[in-house]
Amino acid sequence: MALREITLRINDREYRGRAETRKTLADFIREDCALTGTHLGCEHGVCGACTILMNGEAVRSCLLFAVQAEGADLRTVEGLADGEHLHPIQQAFWESHALQCGFCTPGFLMTTLAFLRENPHPTDREIREALAGNLCRCTGYQNIVTAVAAAAEANLSQGWKVPEAKEVRREIRAGDSRDRRTQRAGIAKTKKRRTQRR
Amino acid sequence: MKPAPFEYFAPRSVGEAVHLLAEHGTEAKVLAGGQSLVPLMNMRLARPSVIVDINRIPGLDYITPGPMLRIGALCRQRTAEKSAEVGARCPLLRDALRLVGHTQIRNRGTVGGSIAHADPAAELTAVLAALGGEVMVQGPKGARAIAASDFFVTYLTTSLASDELLTEVRFPAPPPGAGWSWMEIARRHGDFALVGVGAVLALRDGVIAEARIALTGVGPTPVRAQDAERLLVGQAPSEGLWEEAGAAVRASLEPDGDIHASPEYRTHVAAVLTCRALREALTRVREAS
Repeated sequence: MALREITLRINDREYRGRAETRKTLADFIREDCALTGTHLGCEHGVCGACTILMNGEAVRSCLLFAVQAEGADLRTVEGLADGEHLHPIQQAFWESHALQCGFCTPGFLMTTLAFLRENPHPTDREIREALAGNLCRCTGYQNIVTAVAAAAEANLSQGWKVPEAKEVRREIRAGDSRDRRTQRAGIAKTKKRRTQRR
Repeated sequence: MKPAPFEYFAPRSVGEAVHLLAEHGTEAKVLAGGQSLVPLMNMRLARPSVIVDINRIPGLDYITPGPMLRIGALCRQRTAEKSAEVGARCPLLRDALRLVGHTQIRNRGTVGGSIAHADPAAELTAVLAALGGEVMVQGPKGARAIAASDFFVTYLTTSLASDELLTEVRFPAPPPGAGWSWMEIARRHGDFALVGVGAVLALRDGVIAEARIALTGVGPTPVRAQDAERLLVGQAPSEGLWEEAGAAVRASLEPDGDIHASPEYRTHVAAVLTCRALREALTRVREAS
């Protein structure tokens, strides 16, 4: 079993781990980086729950091998909120009751983030088309569409900015000088931390 | 839903990739966008023991305009879809690209990968067939061009040898003033279409000078509707003529049925979509003139 050393950035922080070449990026993010906000529904690219941003673009993390993301800049749902403050897209989902069980929500949020960056003034039809690659089994899609429209509206009125890919990279470099810690990714360590907290 | 183990290589040049393919033969699979290959591997319908990941090869993501629109093997579908060159020179390709999977899929999926995967339900295979395009491949003995008509052999099978890498797809731009249309019927937006039709029409002095029609979902390869094309050339466009072309398509097809649609239904939809596509293509010819 050949293990590969993998180094990548997630939400402005560097992660390093060792994984088999067959390990999907989604599993690496969840198991090795302990970021379990990214969900796996179908594991063959249909449901969209595992959508993350890779170098600024929305991609299915179940259809990439972790080894392919060596050196990549990733953003996952954990990178949306600013401390206690929800990201405006999250806030809009909350206010519009756009989630019930929440399983699909991380994928919808990341899809919406990339979509509104590219199209800040979407029509209803464009929103529906943008969300077509994400499945939700509880709420129906009406409130999700409403939430995305509300998030776009909030973007206009409050002027929040969806970070551009380039800006994401700048942020990372800025973060680099502030925080040079490198997290050694691994489930064992996470478990240990959790135990310590308890 | 986890792939079987495999050995992974990320070559830095086409030469290196070809060398790896020659070394590992049919054991190896090329990984480009991975949007068809990885699901197959996750479901263990494919278990290649060697993966040759070409994503680290520089300079393969180009779009070069010209009489032949040349698209490098690593050009993402989303890049091609948004390219002004593709829109201006090959709007049929742009329109078909918009219906390939979803944005997240097209951000990774490549034009070349879709062609090399050769799923007869995939839009791009029919676009290449309709336009009479070709692919460039690189093997240990050098490069060669393969015409679309020789490239697609049967379901998921092409004439690409196991030691060859598809490096470029070439779409001939339709003549200036030509009209085009992509039509498809899918159960859900973003799904593979049950049937898709790509059509290009060019008129000279009020009669059809060139007609190109190809279909997805009605055979083991993309199907060029040559009977219908022959019937159209030299005729003045009319509703009755579109009906005749649809009937010719209907008569020429023998699709298999599956859980999604019966052979009769696919044949019927193919004929109806052919009429609609020709009608829309003519509208665009008139808009252009």
